[in-house]
Amino acid sequence: MSESDRTDAARYWRGLEERTPDAALQAQLRPEFTPQADVAPQGLDRRHFMQVMGASFALAGLGACTRQPVEELVPYARPPEDLVPGRPLYFATALTLGGFASGVLVESHTGRPTKIEGNPEHPSSLGATDRFAQAALLDLYDPDRSRAVLHLQRIRSWEAFLQVLEPALEAQVPLQGAGLRILSGSSTSPTLAAQMQRIRARFPQARWHRYETVSRDGLRSATLAAFGRYVEVRYDFSQADVVVALDSDFLTTGPGCVRYAKDFMARRRVREGQYGMSRLYCIESTPSATGAVADHRLSLPPAQQLACAFALAFECGVHGTGVLGPAGAGDLEKWRQIIGLDLREHAGRSIVIAGDESPVELQALALAMNQRLGNLGRSVIVSEPIEVEPTSHIGSLRDLVQDMRAGQVELLLVLGGNPVYDAPADLDFTAAMAKVPLRAHLAFAEDETSENCHWHLPLAHELETWSDARAHDGTVSVMQPLIDPLFGGKSMHELLAVVAGDKERNGIDIVRRTWTERLGADFDTRWRRILHDGVVAGSEEPLLPLELQRDSLTQLFLGVASDLAPRLERRNDSLEVVFRVDPTVHDGRFANNGWLQELPKPWTRLTWDNAALLAPATAARLGLANEDMVELEQGTRKVRAPVWVLPGQPEDVVTLHLGYGRRRVGRVGTGAGFDAHPLRTSAGLVHASGLRLRPTGEQVKLACTQLQHAMEGRHLVREGSLSEFRDHPHFAQEMGHGVHAPTSLYPGFEYEGRAWGMVVDLGACTGCNACVVACNAENNIPVVGKAQVRKGREMHWLRIDRYFEGSAEDPRVVQQPVMCMHCENAPCEPVCPVGATSHGKEGLNEMVYNRCVGTRYCANNCPYKVRRFNFLQYADQETEVLKMLRNPDVTVRTRGVMEKCTYCVQRINQTRIQIKKEDRPLRDGEILTACQQVCPSDAIIFGDINDPNSKVAKLRQQPLHYGILEELNTRPRTTYLARVTNPNPERGAAAGHAGDVRGH
Amino acid sequence: MREMCVATETRTTADSPLVAPGHTTATVTDKIAAVVLQSTPRWFYPAFGASFGLLMLFMYAVTILFAKGVGIWGVNNPAGWGFAIVNFVWWIGIGHAGTLISAILLLLRQKWRQSINRFAEAMTLFAVACAGIYPILHLGRPWLAYWLFPYPATTGVWPQFRSPLIWDVFAISTYALVSLMFWYVGLIPDLATLRDRTQNRIARVVYGMMAMGWRGSAAHWHNHDTACILLAALATPLVVSVHSVVSLDFAAGLIPGWHATIFPPYFVAGAIFAGFAMVITLAIPLRAAFGLHDFITERHVRNMAKVMLATGLIVNYGYAIEIFIAWYSGNEYEQYMLTNRVLGPYRYIWYSLILCNVVATQFLWSAKVRSSAVAVWVVSMFINVGMWLERFVIVVTSLTRDFMPSAWGMYYPTRFDYFTFFGTIGLFLSLMFLFVRLLPMISIFEIRTLLPKARAKEKSA
Repeated sequence: MSESDRTDAARYWRGLEERTPDAALQAQLRPEFTPQADVAPQGLDRRHFMQVMGASFALAGLGACTRQPVEELVPYARPPEDLVPGRPLYFATALTLGGFASGVLVESHTGRPTKIEGNPEHPSSLGATDRFAQAALLDLYDPDRSRAVLHLQRIRSWEAFLQVLEPALEAQVPLQGAGLRILSGSSTSPTLAAQMQRIRARFPQARWHRYETVSRDGLRSATLAAFGRYVEVRYDFSQADVVVALDSDFLTTGPGCVRYAKDFMARRRVREGQYGMSRLYCIESTPSATGAVADHRLSLPPAQQLACAFALAFECGVHGTGVLGPAGAGDLEKWRQIIGLDLREHAGRSIVIAGDESPVELQALALAMNQRLGNLGRSVIVSEPIEVEPTSHIGSLRDLVQDMRAGQVELLLVLGGNPVYDAPADLDFTAAMAKVPLRAHLAFAEDETSENCHWHLPLAHELETWSDARAHDGTVSVMQPLIDPLFGGKSMHELLAVVAGDKERNGIDIVRRTWTERLGADFDTRWRRILHDGVVAGSEEPLLPLELQRDSLTQLFLGVASDLAPRLERRNDSLEVVFRVDPTVHDGRFANNGWLQELPKPWTRLTWDNAALLAPATAARLGLANEDMVELEQGTRKVRAPVWVLPGQPEDVVTLHLGYGRRRVGRVGTGAGFDAHPLRTSAGLVHASGLRLRPTGEQVKLACTQLQHAMEGRHLVREGSLSEFRDHPHFAQEMGHGVHAPTSLYPGFEYEGRAWGMVVDLGACTGCNACVVACNAENNIPVVGKAQVRKGREMHWLRIDRYFEGSAEDPRVVQQPVMCMHCENAPCEPVCPVGATSHGKEGLNEMVYNRCVGTRYCANNCPYKVRRFNFLQYADQETEVLKMLRNPDVTVRTRGVMEKCTYCVQRINQTRIQIKKEDRPLRDGEILTACQQVCPSDAIIFGDINDPNSKVAKLRQQPLHYGILEELNTRPRTTYLARVTNPNPERGAAAGHAGDVRGH
Repeated sequence: MREMCVATETRTTADSPLVAPGHTTATVTDKIAAVVLQSTPRWFYPAFGASFGLLMLFMYAVTILFAKGVGIWGVNNPAGWGFAIVNFVWWIGIGHAGTLISAILLLLRQKWRQSINRFAEAMTLFAVACAGIYPILHLGRPWLAYWLFPYPATTGVWPQFRSPLIWDVFAISTYALVSLMFWYVGLIPDLATLRDRTQNRIARVVYGMMAMGWRGSAAHWHNHDTACILLAALATPLVVSVHSVVSLDFAAGLIPGWHATIFPPYFVAGAIFAGFAMVITLAIPLRAAFGLHDFITERHVRNMAKVMLATGLIVNYGYAIEIFIAWYSGNEYEQYMLTNRVLGPYRYIWYSLILCNVVATQFLWSAKVRSSAVAVWVVSMFINVGMWLERFVIVVTSLTRDFMPSAWGMYYPTRFDYFTFFGTIGLFLSLMFLFVRLLPMISIFEIRTLLPKARAKEKSA
């Protein structure tokens, strides 16, 4: 203690305790103040000051000496000298879901990824992506991502974790790794496969368990039964004239869905003189996006659906399926004949597809039908498995739980996933896991599983890591990072490298090791090529000529059929429950993603919540209405959920979407929805019967973006059957009121030069929502939250309208993407008092944000209601990490300003500058709006309507072409192609489905 | 209008006199000036306090509004306008009676107007002040409201003159200015009276300055008369133009329920209807409070009731025509608009509107009702409410369900909507209370001309 300090202490005292001579008490008091507090500023002389400052400067300088790892993130798609601020670079990589890759090109502005596009070279993408890939960017910049290694909720370092892990691994070496378990989701990564082999070499007894909510177990087991081994099944929809989907949402979810949508819709594109079109039957136990597109949709409870599938299989001549007899009531029987006939007539050119979540029996029936119809090898392709070491997920998880319970697991590494949240309730995973002495969870954010693990390790985002993955057809992509891990996360490979005891601990070294072995000579050139293209050319899995094992399948069918008979008898006292992953937040991994939370779900248009979906008749019988809180009881387990009455839901079936009700999640996902997992057991992963429902009398508020479900007889969505189109090609144009002759005294504006226009092909739209998320990402559209959505203030510039038609039990659904129409006579323009929205000479209706004072008159006067107003400060301008997310080419709007679709004017201008520099005319298709670029089914076409050779100008000449509300003389530039469906003419109008032209 | 009023006049001249018998110029002056010069009556404090409390609520609501944005209100995507615009149109409508009474009735030589015009003009000014606040408050970025004025900006950007909102700016600012001038010019002789009568030095100086050296010379009176007539002539077209322009905010839009050519006359009639209702609503309690039955007589009440009946019938005709045109147009959107008003989610608002503006008005056919101040007051309250509901129906019901069913929604006002609405009522009443205590609420010099003595002189002349 210095002299001055001592005298100070003597002079001033803070309490009587300080004056006590009790040394122990004095010692206790001291740590209350930081050591620096002792250095009194008083008496600091020049010499002392120089000492302190000198030391500080030296230390500050040392901080800069941390050696940054030198990694080569090249090759650039363009050489580095092109790195001009304001001009983006594009890198090819891939994003995975359920292990399967979809290739993407990521736009990078001065080193930060700002937009994800599909990779045209990638077979699962062909330039488009799904909604999840679009939203991945927001995940990357999620401020709630975990930022540190945690041990029992305390911040530790990665090295500290290794100091614990490595001895634990060493201890496993003599046991051959008998106590080591790794749990992860599915993977298709060759690097991961190689690492697993090296881990096996080091720990032969170690086991690798797999579990995902969408496990695809049904398909795996079915292939095992059908072929005696695991194989992968993929489909070629370009070869299919007739498609029967059994609970399959192949157009919008699952591996290859983007490609499937593209192929499928290409076969349904009808134009004048071009009438070839495939037909889609959907037989589903809960409404799906694919079902909304179907020509015929049958909505059946799971047991009836299975019976129907049996009947169909019998109709196709599959052995062992005739035991059930007729498919039920008269109408169903008729359907069996009609669909069966259609399938047989198109043998070899049809597809029967069951959903990723469907149980084994449905999958096996589909496989058997495809085989019987001769589709295998043509439209249905069987190949070697694409996943690494395929296994039954539920079996794998059950084994792990058993081992953990038996105390055989000493070290558990959970790589991604969230089993504490999503493991089947009856396994009681959490309790079993508690018995593991050392458990670590590598996860993107702190979640339910990290809470229950000793160590939480931040997982790097896929855009931050080196890895590799395979597409739905097996094509391999090497994934390269776009940015260093923002919060110091590690990849799975980096953790597994430690387990394997490899020298290479760095992401790039690990992946390069795999590829050095694979590529052999001329590594550098080929490696650069692969990174540049985003795919390894010619690496898809070839067709596997396999024979179906008829006997084992027959056995399976007989077993299932005998169980099925009692299930078919409808019991009135209980309901059936169907589980599905959520269409927007998936299995809960996207629960903290605002773009996906706020994305309206295809049928319900709900945001921010899941709900217990009930058929109108069931709800009426139970006296329930939307937003009524009910208690669902399955056995001894209970869950409370709000009701949503959904037309088209099968009677007495309750659909519960998984992925909501996360208990430990970031600020976005907190409080969203309810957790249906407690009702989900390993015996009833997909559906279960015996659900009881009890109204609680309470109400909760749900945020639905569309309150009106009928079109009120207005001709907004126009559709007709194929035969109608053939007979009256102009049916759609005759439906509306038509356009009145111009009545203005003034001559119209002459659009010389370019005139932008957009055509949306309603026949091709699957309602997959990818365009909506792409628009969010491209245009810096803010997320407003549930309360604001409930007020009707969602900011989406592009919305997908959904209308029901027909009866409540068996409605047809039509969907219509609606964005700014860029009317030539825009009603919004003359009413703005400050001229903040005005007309460009190329026909764009332009919004001048910094001139807008916010009268909202333009939005009132917009008949299409596509304008969006910043009622509050919606854009987050505070959170630093979100600033990196913004597209620098688009203004971030403040409160009080109107906004709307601009036709991605920043992209138009970029190309305009480019072609001016190159002194050449615009090429058609050179400018892609964000929604157009992402659309898997090419439903959105944008271009110059003044160029008679442009695609958009030609589509505007089609007889199917029409504009909505044209009778108001708005002269919209965004127009539509009427939807043409292909109902089975055999079916006629008997079921109220087909034949007639539907004008709404 | 004209015929109606003239007819009223001829019938009522034989009626009771406009000033109770027994008054002389001195008693008139005493009685009216006393309202200002006497010490504050005890009831004034709680009444003014309540109004001022509401005004403070308004200040609170506006502070939060400026801090957070219009999102604190219930406005949303289909309904970009809500309470703010409803209240704006309502207040502007109320602000119509004053100028009508002062200007048009002055030109028409309707003597009975003289005991209510001062008060009605003040009401007009305050109502216009309340109305004028809303267009600024409802902006997303209110601090940029001046962009609506054609000032010489260095950016070279002008307002857009095609927008009805710009026409609004001109119409309302002109109206407010002319009304203020008219009111003030009319006040000058009475300010001089107060200057001469007050015992308070400060008041004398203030009134003296405001009286601008009025000495009551013949030249003064002559100039004053000329100024009044000229201002009346200026103000007369404004009575018609302001609400016509306000109605164009809607009529120029294409929303079913807005896009109607009948709107200008229909709105003007509605405004006079609402304005007279508000004059009655305020005059009858004030008359009772200050014992001014001698000047605001039953005849005044009867006359105002007749004007309300006449304009009310025009408004009712407007409703009928709206319904007829919706059907006759054969336009599905117009027809749906009607269905939606009558059967849609806001149908109770429409039913209440019909009850207030159609049913309640019909009671004014009865001479018995017209002679009862209480009954007329009750009817006027119905009309105040009814006219507010009418604007709600026009603004909100039309907006929430227009062309695209997918975009239909509902508008639910929040507490801040109510705070702001009641807050402006507080502002209005506070100004009104201050007015009656600080300025003569009835024109002293004009009442003097109504005395039998003055009338005799006039007749002999």
